[in-house]
This record gives sequence, structure tokens and C-alpha cells, in this order.
Amino acid sequence: MKGDEKILLSHGSGGKLTHDLIRKFFLQRFLNPILLELTDSALVDGAPKLAFTTDSYVVKPLFFPGGDIGKLAVAGTVNDLAVMGAEPKYISCGFIIEEGHDMEPLCRIVDSMRRTAEAAGVLIVTGDTKVVGKDEADQLFINTSGIGFVDEGVRLSVNRVRVGDRIILSGSVGDHGIAVLSQRGGFEFEVNVKSDCAPLNGLISKVLAASDKVKFMRDPTRGGLATALNEIVGGREFGILIEEEKIPVKEGVRAVCELLGLDPLYLANEGKVVVVVASEDADQVLEAMRQDRLGKDAEIIGTVVEEPKGMVCLKTVISGTRIVDMLVADQLPRIC
Amino acid sequence: MKYLDEFRNKAAAKRLASRISSEVGEGEVTLMEVCGTHTMAVHRYGIKGLLPPNIRLLSGPGCPVCVTSNRYIDKAIAYSKQSDVILTTFGDMVKVPGSRSSLAREMSRGADVRIVYSTTDALKIARDNTERKVIFLGVGFETTVPTVATSILEADRMGMKNYFVLSAHKLIPPAMKALLDGGELKIDGFICPGHVSTITGTQVYEFIPRNYRVPCVVAGFEPVDIMQAIYTLVQQITRGIAEVANQYRRAVRKEGNPKAREVIYEVFEPSDSDWRGIGVIPQSGLMIRQRYRKYDAEANIDVEIEPSAENPRCICGAILRGVKEPLECTLFGSLCTPEHPKGACMVSSEGTCAAYYNYGRQMPKKPEG
Repeated sequence: MKGDEKILLSHGSGGKLTHDLIRKFFLQRFLNPILLELTDSALVDGAPKLAFTTDSYVVKPLFFPGGDIGKLAVAGTVNDLAVMGAEPKYISCGFIIEEGHDMEPLCRIVDSMRRTAEAAGVLIVTGDTKVVGKDEADQLFINTSGIGFVDEGVRLSVNRVRVGDRIILSGSVGDHGIAVLSQRGGFEFEVNVKSDCAPLNGLISKVLAASDKVKFMRDPTRGGLATALNEIVGGREFGILIEEEKIPVKEGVRAVCELLGLDPLYLANEGKVVVVVASEDADQVLEAMRQDRLGKDAEIIGTVVEEPKGMVCLKTVISGTRIVDMLVADQLPRIC
Repeated sequence: MKYLDEFRNKAAAKRLASRISSEVGEGEVTLMEVCGTHTMAVHRYGIKGLLPPNIRLLSGPGCPVCVTSNRYIDKAIAYSKQSDVILTTFGDMVKVPGSRSSLAREMSRGADVRIVYSTTDALKIARDNTERKVIFLGVGFETTVPTVATSILEADRMGMKNYFVLSAHKLIPPAMKALLDGGELKIDGFICPGHVSTITGTQVYEFIPRNYRVPCVVAGFEPVDIMQAIYTLVQQITRGIAEVANQYRRAVRKEGNPKAREVIYEVFEPSDSDWRGIGVIPQSGLMIRQRYRKYDAEANIDVEIEPSAENPRCICGAILRGVKEPLECTLFGSLCTPEHPKGACMVSSEGTCAAYYNYGRQMPKKPEG
């Protein structure tokens, strides 16, 4: 399969071209004994408790500083498993490709998926390809599902969160949001911000090894840190108070936010985790996170508080206080 | 970030807060921040919580989207329905409800409405689509107008025939005068808009202390800027002084930016303008001069609109005049939210209601921690 080829409708027809695409392209890249069987479903080992998740990736553009849709599709699903305390094991991938898509970028995307899967220690064990007509899909969509094994001892749940628990964030917010935004049309300035897209299972296993008093974790993807924290407190008998000064925001991200009137708390992240942990273990978890490359900028950013219930509040840089609401709609650039 | 961090300094803010407290004494002091960006900063940084309770901060009519009349929105919507029109606009405008619809709703029905970041983008769209009429929604104050005027000059230089501006540009000082003349409010001091003043200079406010004995301070948008401005106003008030002070010296000069004003008045001339909530204020708007009339959407593209109607329970008007606060509105937070706004003040990121809703709703006096 050559790089200058294009995807044709018949690559998805189930005939010879489909067969070739699977054997010579996908199988070659994702090679492992389970996938090699090419049976209608993959047979995999199990565990008493499984975590199971799915997500579809429709990011535009397909390539952005620090990543691409393939890396995102693997890392995103790995992270959804890992934040539940699961060890990610197996991944499926479904491709929906627009007719006429070039093979060369597809190669790069699939290679990127392979590298990310290797880095995360997961196997891509089953997959599917569909080709739709020109303009019936925007270039390429990927769906991944994932299975992870959950250890007997791990019980992560919002129900275990108590007043006084601390909130730890693994690093700077908004990198992915700004990296993707900077590549979209209409921006005529250069931004030196890379997406944080990365599989977090290594970092998270260190968190779980450092303390058995980790209550809950969440990866603040779409909607950003603000939305992730609001999802934790929603309808609960406690609130969260975070400190603006403690939340790491990279210089480039801050600059773009100032310019366009965006709030970094609402920008997407693809390689960050929020950990809720009992206060007595917070320092040791923080230390463990900082030992990992992906957690070197981790900070304790806040505390679970009794009042106001069900709300996230922010202590501002000048010690004022305000609430931090859910993201309502896409942030729109302002007039002046 | 250099030039910003020093204006977000906690110690400086605290110091100013205690100076304000000891200076203000016991009497009630009502200050108005005219500009929407100030309103947003006040809420975003929790500045009200640092001030003594007898200082009241009111939001003024300085959110460009909020003061745009319903009729203008209705007209923009009507234009967007014409198949040979591409409507270009800054993002804030698309969700503003008109009498019967919004641009966002029309977009979902197929209207070609494009969000742009500058008039340069709008001109480019016009160049790339010469067979269609490209209308730019000219909304904004003195700060925004120079770029719109420049786009018209540029279109003229290139001989473009399909670029038009629907102008609802407004001027801030006449609105401040209207509020003072209206007499509904007792305003003890104005925090004057920083961005607008970069163009107008500080001299345009001088009639306010002279004729009304009300002090004015031009302020920047960081928390320490605003605290400093409040401190200066309180000092003037307690000492019986009324003058225009410039806190935002790093950006604003007394004479402003004469070049930008030259460009504005090359293309536009003052006209009466309809402000949502306030009504028509003489000489408070800008219309395109005869010489550039061929770029005026209203003068060149016919459109019919039905009479405009406001939601009778919406009190955006009173809020824009500073007479009422969002929590006094029966729609606020229940029927009118950022997801389903009924009035313009809830839509714009600089609107008073949006600021209250996003940052201050149900805030207890003292959260713990």
C-alpha cells in the first residue's frame, strides 16, 4: 500500500481491497497474537472486575502540535479506564473514513496509534473500517473502546469523597484546547503551545501505589477543569474550593486566553488528571505524581468544603472569591 | 506574564482594600463602572468581596452587545435570511435574542453567518465571494470603530462592491451624560472605560466633573487597576474634589489617539442612536458619511422587518441604566440563563447578568477555606 494512494469506497466494501487494507495495513501495524486470529470477535483474558469504556474522536484538524487524532483516540480511552483505577488492557478501534482520503496521513495516524498503544502497554485486538462517500464524513472519525482490569482493592467513587479531602491536579491546564484552536482557520498568529495528549495510566498507577486513600479521579477533557470539578460536586452534600494561584497555566496558553477572552479553566486537556485524596495522604500522592514526567508540575489546587454545597468556588489571585460554573456553550471570542 | 502579574498582586490589592476602607468612612458611596469589561473583571476577581459594604458598584451601559437595540438585531436576522448575503460578525452577537429569533437559530436553519475575529477576516470573505454581498455587523464603541472605518477605507481603495457595514456604533460620553441627566440615579463617581479612552483620551470626560461635580477615573482592567481607581474616586469624594484622573497611564494619554479618531471621522459622522433600555440619545451613534454610503448596508440592501418587540418582563433596560440589579429580575436564573437568554445582558460575555450568573449567583457571604 503506497503513500500516494487514496482511500476508495471499495476499501470498505468487504471485498479484496478491504481484505488488503486489513492484512497489509492495519494488521502489520497493530500486530499481536490476538488480532492476528482475525476472528469476528477477539478472545481475551478476563478479570473478576472489568472497566469498559468507549469514545469517538472527531477532532479537527487531524494533526495538531503535540499529537493527532490517532494518539488522541488511544490515549483518551486509556485515560478513561485509568482514572477508574483500572489497568488498561485491550482496545478496539473503528475507522470511518471519507472517500478520497490520502493514505499517507492515514499511515501517520495509524503509526501514531501503534506507538501510543505500545507506550500505554495496551493491545489493539479488534477493529473495523468503513468508507463513506465524499462529504458524508469529515475526513476521518475514529471510535475506540477499551477494557481494563480493576484490582480487588481499588474502589474509586464520588461517594467516598469527604469534606477536607484535597484536590490534586497533575499539571497545566488548557494546553490541548489552545493547541487545537491555534491550528484552526482564522488565526493569523503563531502559538507555541503543544497538546498535552498522553496516556496517563503510568502516572495513575503511581498515584494508586502511593496511597489507598485516593477517593476519586477524573480526566478534565472537554469542558476543562471547571466542568470536571462541577461534575464531582453536582447534587452532592459538599462543594470544592480551588485556588487560582495554584492552578498551573502555561505562558502561551495565558497569552492566547488574554487575547481572545477565554478562560483556561474551561479549555480541554488530554493528558491531565484530577485526583481527590484524603488530606493526610495528599503530600505523598503529590510527591509520587511529581516523580512521573507527566506529573512533574502537579499541584494541590484545592479542598473539598462543606459550603456552598454542590458548587465549585475559586479563590482569585487577589483573594476574592467567585463561583466556577459548568461550561454552558463553546466560548466565543468577544468584541472588545 | 509581564505587565499583567504586577496588576494581579495579592498584597497590593489587600493594601488598597484597607486604604479604601479607612478613607471611605460611613456614608453610602455609589460608583458606576461604565464598561462591560470592568463589570466582568469585578466579578471574575471577586472585587466586591474586598470592598467595605457601603461602597456600591453599579454596572453601566458599556457592553456593546447589550445596548444594541432589538430592532438592529431583527434587521441583522432579516439580512441573514437573504440567500445572496454572508453575514459576518464578532462571536458575541450570534446568541443575542431579537424579537422573534437569533442569528444562532438562523444559522441552524441554514443562514450563512460567519464569526470573524476582525474586519480583516470579513474583507477577505468578501474578496473570496465576489458574487455575494458580505455584511459586517458594526457593533461596538470608540475602541472598535477605527478598525471598521479602516475596513471601509480599504474596501474603497480596492474598489470592492460587495462589502457592507450595518453600523450600530455608539459613543460612550453621550450615554454617561444621558444617565446623569436622567436623574434616576445618584452616581458619586465613574470608573471610565480604559479601552475606549485609549482612542478618546481623558479629555472627553471633563464635562462630567465640571458640569455635574462627579469625579471620573479612567482605569485598566486588572484587579489592582480597578482597586486603585476605586481608591482614587473615594479620595476625591471624601475630600470634595471632582476631576478626571487617569489610572491607566500605561495605555491612555490625555489626548488619546488622534490618528484613530481621524480615521473614524473620515468615514463616520455622529448621529442619534437608539440604546436598548435608554432610548434614543442625541449624537451618541455613528453613521457612515455620504461619501462612503455605498458601503452602508441599510442604504444599499433593502430588507423588511416586522415591528420589534421586547419581552415585557425583561428588565435589561433598567439594568443597563444601573437602576436595577440582575437579582431583581423575575426571569434571572430561572427563565433567563446563558443557555436560554431572554435579554442581551445575559448573552454577552460582558453583560451584567452574565457576570452575576457565572460568577456571583447564590454566592454565600463567606465561603469557608
